[in-house]
Amino acid sequence: MKIAVCLKQVPARDWQPRVNDSRTWVRDQDASFELNEPDAYALEEALRLKEKHGGEVIVCSAGPARVAQALREGLARGADRAIHVEDDALVEADAFVIAEALAAALREEQVDLVLTGLQSDDQGFAQVGVLLAERLGLPHATIIMEVQVQDGRLRVKRELEGGWFQWVEMPLPALITIQSGINQLRYATLKGIMAAKKKEIKRAGVPAGVGLKQQIVNLYFPEKSKQTRMISGSAADAAKELVRLLREEARVF
Amino acid sequence: MILVIAEQRDGKLNRASWEPIIAAQQTGDPVKVVVLGQGIGPVAAELATAAVTEVITVEDATLASYTADACVHALVAVIAAEQPSLVFASHTYQARDFATKLAARLDRAIVTDAVASKPHGSGLAFARPMFQAKLYADVVLQGPEPHFVSYQVGSFRVDALQKGTAPAPVRAMAVDMSGLAIRQKPEAPFREAKQAVDLTQAERIVSVGRGIKTPENIDIARQLAEAMHAELSASRPICDAGWLPFERQVGSSGQTVAPKLYLALGISGAIQHVVGMKGARTIVAINKDADAPIFEIADYGIAGDLFEIAPAMIEALKG
Repeated sequence: MKIAVCLKQVPARDWQPRVNDSRTWVRDQDASFELNEPDAYALEEALRLKEKHGGEVIVCSAGPARVAQALREGLARGADRAIHVEDDALVEADAFVIAEALAAALREEQVDLVLTGLQSDDQGFAQVGVLLAERLGLPHATIIMEVQVQDGRLRVKRELEGGWFQWVEMPLPALITIQSGINQLRYATLKGIMAAKKKEIKRAGVPAGVGLKQQIVNLYFPEKSKQTRMISGSAADAAKELVRLLREEARVF
Repeated sequence: MILVIAEQRDGKLNRASWEPIIAAQQTGDPVKVVVLGQGIGPVAAELATAAVTEVITVEDATLASYTADACVHALVAVIAAEQPSLVFASHTYQARDFATKLAARLDRAIVTDAVASKPHGSGLAFARPMFQAKLYADVVLQGPEPHFVSYQVGSFRVDALQKGTAPAPVRAMAVDMSGLAIRQKPEAPFREAKQAVDLTQAERIVSVGRGIKTPENIDIARQLAEAMHAELSASRPICDAGWLPFERQVGSSGQTVAPKLYLALGISGAIQHVVGMKGARTIVAINKDADAPIFEIADYGIAGDLFEIAPAMIEALKG
């Protein structure tokens, strides 16, 4: 089975963002970057499917030069080769542009299965996977917690809301977006890191003529919208006052 | 005109669907609501209580169980017939599955996870979180209409819904679903645990975080929840440790809730948690650390020892 995994490199979770002068994007020169967490789970799931069914895992990312580091990480964990759609402009690209870039790179690969994380930790659109499926003409399912492949068909467990799940079957080739926590992540071994150095990262260009569909006109820190009423006093007094306020002012009982 | 896509399962309306209706009402534009399924008359009647121009139903056997393929096919037809300028939905798990696909099929712009709209030029900008809600962005959608917007659950208070003086007309629209190859074959939805709890429907929630310290201490929170007729939930570390089942997790990787009351016990307020509960009408934080970020979004706060305050609250609730 030929599996492609789309990886995004995002600023580390503990990074405190700063806004650029035009208030349209962040200044991330001081950020350290890491693999988007749901994408790491997607990669792990791809590696497990390869171990079970054989085949090949291709990691694919669209972004500036630094993204090669995320692809190396994927190769070190066990992916066979990588595709890097490289362009500095992709830093501020929206999901449509990223999906077109990935689609152009993956179209000729004719993969059986495409995996992405359900959303990114930075922009959090939850769009690229679904857009990519539509552009590649593939059936898809989102927020997947278990993957089975049998006789050329895919059976996946979708997470619904409120503790509900649902199995969905579809033909291959297909695309699924993976939920964090679907499996236990492996980390790269020294052997894996050494092997990754010999693996191929193929460079690809961004397809021409794809315009942004979303424009950020203002990027800002959220304002504190609430006045917090702090209740002091002994535990007994504070608890009593809180219960009174919840009954008489907030009226939640 | 704004077209709102409402969501139902097994003839039960998803409560989150009221929110994009409210968002649409607040723009001042005429609002129509569409709902897909089979045997959805009662759902349509419920939606028709809102002050909207009309409720459109598309009923077909292929829409009885949700699939992205059938859903997108039906909505493409509805949009072609109705020509809305905007299409709103709630950013539910189901919308994440179909809304972007629908926009892509029509090659139109979509903004997901919006929390508000504001005037921008002659149109609208939509505010949405970025970088785990450390920042917000006002996004303007480009290109021809319709533009698609999915609203974060909990962005609007359901009591802000404008009800109609008389029920809105309900119209069944025929969409030709024959010849459509639906690639996804869904099985019946199920719950993993026997006592699975739908926190999204809870009116009151008591939630515990790392400050609870040991699994045994969760009993204190459970007793307080019982005294308040509330559901018990937790932040991710508590569920990762196995102290409460995953189904009780609130936050970006768990459930998104919007109860009347959310009482956070020993929760610091990391953004991954806050995105799941900030839509609560009243937020109470009890935490030892007076600088904990949870107090930023709390309506009421006590900086103190939860092991003293929770039992005292149980006592006070008896009075």
